Amino acid sequence: MKSAELELQDKESWHLGMLRTQAHSAIAARVLSDLADQDERIAVLTADLGYSNRTVEFSYRHPERFFNMGIAEQNMVSVAAGLATIGYIPYVATFASFLGLLSCEHIRTDCAYPNLPVRLLSHHAGISLGYYGTSHHATEDIGIMRTIANLKIVCPADAYSLEQALKQTVDVEGPIYFRMGRGREADAYEVGEPWEYGKVSVLREGGDGVIFANGILVSAARAAATALSQEGIEMTVADLHTIQPFDVEGVLSLIEGKSHVFVAEEHNTRGGVASAVADAMVDARVSGPELVRIGFPSDEYSVIAAPYYLYKHYGLDAEGVAERVRSTLR
Amino acid sequence: MSKADIELLREKARFIRTETVRLITIAKSGHYTSIFSAAEILSVLYYHVMQLRDDPGWPDRDRLILSKGHVAVGVYPVLAEKGYFPKEWLDNYARLGSPLGDHPDMRKVPGVDFSSGSLGHGLSIGVGMALGLNRKKSPGRVFVMLGDGELNEGQNWEAAQAGAHYHLGNLIGIVDRNTMGLDGLTEDTMSIEPLADKWRAFKWEVHEVDGHSLTELVDVFDNLPRNSDRPQMIIAHTIKGKGVGYMESSRMWHLGNLSGVDAEVTIEEIMQNEVG
Repeated sequence: MKSAELELQDKESWHLGMLRTQAHSAIAARVLSDLADQDERIAVLTADLGYSNRTVEFSYRHPERFFNMGIAEQNMVSVAAGLATIGYIPYVATFASFLGLLSCEHIRTDCAYPNLPVRLLSHHAGISLGYYGTSHHATEDIGIMRTIANLKIVCPADAYSLEQALKQTVDVEGPIYFRMGRGREADAYEVGEPWEYGKVSVLREGGDGVIFANGILVSAARAAATALSQEGIEMTVADLHTIQPFDVEGVLSLIEGKSHVFVAEEHNTRGGVASAVADAMVDARVSGPELVRIGFPSDEYSVIAAPYYLYKHYGLDAEGVAERVRSTLR
Repeated sequence: MSKADIELLREKARFIRTETVRLITIAKSGHYTSIFSAAEILSVLYYHVMQLRDDPGWPDRDRLILSKGHVAVGVYPVLAEKGYFPKEWLDNYARLGSPLGDHPDMRKVPGVDFSSGSLGHGLSIGVGMALGLNRKKSPGRVFVMLGDGELNEGQNWEAAQAGAHYHLGNLIGIVDRNTMGLDGLTEDTMSIEPLADKWRAFKWEVHEVDGHSLTELVDVFDNLPRNSDRPQMIIAHTIKGKGVGYMESSRMWHLGNLSGVDAEVTIEEIMQNEVG
């Protein structure tokens, strides 16, 4: 068939061009394009994933500040550091496995050590690439990034919070690692709800325990808490989106008086946000509450499945979170 | 270029070598031979080629990335002499709290354009700087000092692609082709030849010079094309340890320490030798 374009008949059919409307990760490109209208410092780099992460939209509006670096992620991170020394704020977008894992040393040595304002848009984090498999998963990146001095880490839960995160952090000193999903997450926030960089967001209050979640687990935790409420279990739900700098005071105040602290994250249970919460508790000598880690098993690599089924398999959906809370409190 | 001008550059290269010996004596360990092979290149860059001002942060300045970061000890005395920081800093090289270590830190040392030490990164940093300067229409150029052993790092070739793809004529790499790494000859450890052909294949314009000949170096830098759409690579053929007879082409002095009379004798030899 030689026709210019196939007219898709089945609603399950799709191609890259359609992600423009389907993936709300495209919000990043739109927000950055808008910001860049007023701010000459903003530049965007990607590694042959412009149609996937939609940074291509930035290239339409600001072609002179868009750099496709090809499939060479380590070079891309170092190039961004070089651009930052000339006065740019470069946003570097690619899969989390190729930023947080493959380019770890470049983030640390070229961005964090000289404290340059490079922004790492690390999308498709966790197991969100489903049956692409472990090479494309990143369940270790927070654990690694969390130990790097000068590096900030923000994990937005949905399009709205991603927009907030990007807008609020333009002038933050030094590098930022934005840990993002694949852009098809259910909304965790109503537009207009408070979201403040550096502060834990309390989404719901209840006295039976607290769930700290981030990323895709925020909407899951919210839905779980609604379901549990019908059973008489009232949970506090908080979005722990800013992992570095860590809101010690905010986290500890939510833990105070609770018997159980749950941390739900799309990350290995070792080294991630649960460990960050544990650090805060130990440092403050908070020994009463039980800490329950809801995450990806630390000593395993993922089985193969589409994301929906993977989240279900590993208990990283609303039902999984509710069941874990239920069985723990029972 | 007058004879006196060349003599001045020769004197500066001597200064780089003797100060290197002095500073390493303080720390008790250092990369003598990797600095000595680059002494003429550094002299020509800092005292003839690079457009610099008293303010090390001047936005339109030429930049130099020491991708072979272990050459930094030879650069610190130059930066101090240019007035970017007090010369007294040199006297405490590598001591607790000193801004000056074996590898350079741009946040601690005025005049250092990028922190380095992890080999293979510098050319990518240079691509980023050259891209940014291009987009800002700055006349500033970016020089990247590369080691030859360093070229085993794959990232160099990612940067080589990017430099050519973005037509960065304001990016100039210099390979200090002293033929040796820590373990011996690059061609024995992990060969990099045919080096010039590789850069040409990556669409760089290649210039080969005797990296100890001051006139050849001046000539090649003076004749670099302005407004080229190709990045430039200067392969400077050098001798590891050049300027100190017993160090030349010796693997043993990649790292070492000269103390007391040994340092004095070596400095004397440097002062007597006429390199370039």
